[in-house]
Amino acid sequence: MAHTDGVADGTEDSGRASLIYDPKVRGVFFQAILIIVVAYLVYSGISNAAGNLARAGIASGFDFFGERAGFEIGQTLVHYTNDSTYFRAFLVGLLNTLMVSALGILFATIIGFIVGLARLSRNYLIRKLATVYVETLRNIPLLLQLLFWYKAVLAVLPNPRETGLEQGTTVLWTLNNRGLYIPRLIPEAGASAILVAAIIAIALWVVIGMWAGKRQMRTGQQFPTFLTGLAILVGLPLLTFFLTGMPFDVEFSALQGFNMSGGTVIRPEFIALLLGLSLYTASFIAEIVRAGILAVAKGQTEAAYALGLSPNHTSRLVIIPQAMRVIIPPLTSQYLNLTKNSSLAVAIGYPDLVAVFGGTVLNQTGQAVEVITITMLVYLTISLLTSAFMNWFNSRVALVER
Amino acid sequence: MPGIENANPFAYVSTETIPQSPPPTAAKGVAGWLKTNLFATPRDTVLTIIVALILLWIVPPMLNWLFFDAVWTGDGREACLGEHVGACWAFVEAKFGQFMYGRYPAELRWRVDLTGFLLIAGLVPIAIPSVPYKRENAIYLLVVFPIIAFMLLTGWPFLEPVETSRWGGLLVTLVVAIVGIVVSFPLGILLALGRRSNLPIVKTMSVIFIEFWRGVPLITVLFMSSVMLPLFLPADVSFDKLLRALIGVALFSSAYMAEVIRGGLQAIPKGQYEAANAMALTYWQGMRLIILPQALKLVIPGIVNTFIGLFKDTSLVLIIGIFDLLGIVQQNFTDTNWISPATPATGLVFAAFIYFIFCFGMSRYSAFMEERLDTGHKR
Repeated sequence: MAHTDGVADGTEDSGRASLIYDPKVRGVFFQAILIIVVAYLVYSGISNAAGNLARAGIASGFDFFGERAGFEIGQTLVHYTNDSTYFRAFLVGLLNTLMVSALGILFATIIGFIVGLARLSRNYLIRKLATVYVETLRNIPLLLQLLFWYKAVLAVLPNPRETGLEQGTTVLWTLNNRGLYIPRLIPEAGASAILVAAIIAIALWVVIGMWAGKRQMRTGQQFPTFLTGLAILVGLPLLTFFLTGMPFDVEFSALQGFNMSGGTVIRPEFIALLLGLSLYTASFIAEIVRAGILAVAKGQTEAAYALGLSPNHTSRLVIIPQAMRVIIPPLTSQYLNLTKNSSLAVAIGYPDLVAVFGGTVLNQTGQAVEVITITMLVYLTISLLTSAFMNWFNSRVALVER
Repeated sequence: MPGIENANPFAYVSTETIPQSPPPTAAKGVAGWLKTNLFATPRDTVLTIIVALILLWIVPPMLNWLFFDAVWTGDGREACLGEHVGACWAFVEAKFGQFMYGRYPAELRWRVDLTGFLLIAGLVPIAIPSVPYKRENAIYLLVVFPIIAFMLLTGWPFLEPVETSRWGGLLVTLVVAIVGIVVSFPLGILLALGRRSNLPIVKTMSVIFIEFWRGVPLITVLFMSSVMLPLFLPADVSFDKLLRALIGVALFSSAYMAEVIRGGLQAIPKGQYEAANAMALTYWQGMRLIILPQALKLVIPGIVNTFIGLFKDTSLVLIIGIFDLLGIVQQNFTDTNWISPATPATGLVFAAFIYFIFCFGMSRYSAFMEERLDTGHKR
């Protein structure tokens, strides 16, 4: 018998003839038992479920997707009324989840990097403040933090009438217990040109970056790619904005009777969820960033200084690229955690996928198996896609080792 | 070398050592510390001043709210109403029994106390490295204590039964956390070994199990265990609600535990596995005596982090209607006797403090153990 390396065949001994000592036979035997047990569990589960569903008079299947939902959703990114279908409701929930996750990831990354660097600061006050931030936030459950922002901070804000606004006077922004009111931009004809300009600007940035990289390789001369790119990204849409005759109407909010009217309102549920998710995840990202930077050997810094690089160049060209190799894998799992944690929205009433689909839709239709399976599959898909993307990104930044 | 005189031929070179001068005053004492830690560069100085101003702006109002303006006694919302009233600690005082025991019958709460005492009596000696009888202690904690705790808490079979729906507060939080920890640890080891196994089917199933649980949020798992699990069981079998949540939490955290332990297994050099084989140890002997002791030691921080995560995640059971610490605090916000603007904040700060003590304590203990067990694998 060919010698297989590994740990499972520790007792391999061709001298003993007995079959029960043959690791191959044992392996097959135990795996067969495992398959039988799992198959039995799956079979009995399915047959029980079929029986229970038949008794409860619930028809399984996905036909309910086409039926009229008949409930309102507080925040919708796509058009939705209570006449829309359950599928539309599913879509609204999914988009809300994706939006809060994307914004949460953005803010958590920014705050996390700042706090992580602050923990390594020479400045005692800043270092200690960052430590207190990290130790406090990551040792308190996220759900509690969400409830704190929602019930203890935002819900006790004054109502619109008590904020001291005058009836009918427009304001730039105001925060009350109905949410944060900001001006609304109403695009007019020609507004899409600005979007096109922004896309062109990004494309230009990429082209300039590639050209600058090639030039540096050839001549050794550097080019301020970032500043130029930023100037283009801000300048080009701004130029288009004025050239097309400022095609935006701005609507400010104002107090009307008991409530605010006009403008855009960002609901307290959304603010609480975004705040909670960003601050909580940032405390983990801060630790990841700190560990990543500490993982870069001190000799690297010294070597960079010996080559005459400035401290700025040292951190940008030597330390950070190497730290990123350590940072990215755990950062990925934090992004995934944040996305999964956004499902806690159900506790404070933000209409995310779990609240809308796993909550209201499930209660109205009673299709527990289908609804929960779909919800889980959605999160699984998001997880796997994010992992795949971050693995690809990781393989790009990872250095090839000896 | 001969011919060189002892006397220094160069007049400008000192012949004796100059006595050491004291360090400059700016580099020692309070002034020196301030200089290096707060005012090293102009940028540092500016940052220090900004941060100090922010602290001055935040900390005094916070202290006022927590202590100086807080209401310490009272028996109703009237005490906590008013313009400049801080935390309403009277609310916590009045509800303290509920926060700890939930709706556990007041005259039977001694059973919970006794369980808690028995737990501490087992935990403290096992946590202190110098106390002997670790094996007996572990058997007590893992075998004897769970049985006694189960009998005491449920009352089965001798005492007056208390349904789990009456449990609540910190009691439920600790029950969910401890059961989760005790179940997920061995299950996680098995899954991690399964994922590294040579047997293709065992490996595939472990991978699917782990990736599935890690890919979905705990809330959907709890929804599944509370809504879907009864569907998959025979109609005459009904599960306790708390038990269903426990199953969900334990399976969920065992997947995370498995990944942490797998990291440890991968970090063990291949020679250790081969050496175990060469010593004619069986697979399980080799794992138990050679591989796992080393692998687990390597990943203690990860294991404790998983425990801390699990402890925090227990708060999610409130969403499926189990009143753990956070659930019961939140439920009491609706008590008309205590509704005031300060009540939610007070209750949540109190709950946060309890969670913080447990989680921070665990992380400090893991740091201590890490240092103690660090017997030189670092390069």
